Amino acid sequence: MEAAQALADLTEISTQIKAAVLFRADGTVDGATVADATRFVEAARALLSAADGIRAEPLVQLEAAIADGSVFVVRDGERVVAAVTGPEPTVGLVFYDLKSCLRTSAGSEEPEPPKRAPKRKPKEEAEDESSEA
Amino acid sequence: MKRKLLVLIAAAGAVLAALAFLRHGGARRERVDLYFADGSMVSLGEGPDAERLLGLGRATLDAAR
Repeated sequence: MEAAQALADLTEISTQIKAAVLFRADGTVDGATVADATRFVEAARALLSAADGIRAEPLVQLEAAIADGSVFVVRDGERVVAAVTGPEPTVGLVFYDLKSCLRTSAGSEEPEPPKRAPKRKPKEEAEDESSEA
Repeated sequence: MKRKLLVLIAAAGAVLAALAFLRHGGARRERVDLYFADGSMVSLGEGPDAERLLGLGRATLDAAR
């Protein structure tokens, strides 16, 4: 699934999520629900980078709960999804939806399985067809 | 008379409890919850780290609007 479709599904499923962006650790934007995705991504990366320094253990997700709303960031390797909600969101549900979004959007990057060769017709059937022609 | 006094005391207690709730717990405390790969979680509500992360959180919230 493409990033844009994964984000569209995310905002449709989770009414709590006001805006979201999918991006890479290097800042490359894969998809966003806001016009100025670059500013959103840079702010989320700065937050993630600062949070990374709190402990040596790798950080996988965070929630910054502010009076106006909450910021969520979920990371899976090089891929990151950041989202904002209104105040007092259902934290577990938002994290679940963001992880699902990351998973489904990652599916689009997996190489497609090789196409199987079309089945050959049984020899007799093929011969019948050729004789009819 | 005694009953009225008890009702008044109960009402005053309820008002005080409501005020205490609004002051300390009712208004949602600003905080940053960090979840690590080993399953541990840290909640930062006060201190320089919390202030820095909350500031960046506010900037992210603004940027998303």
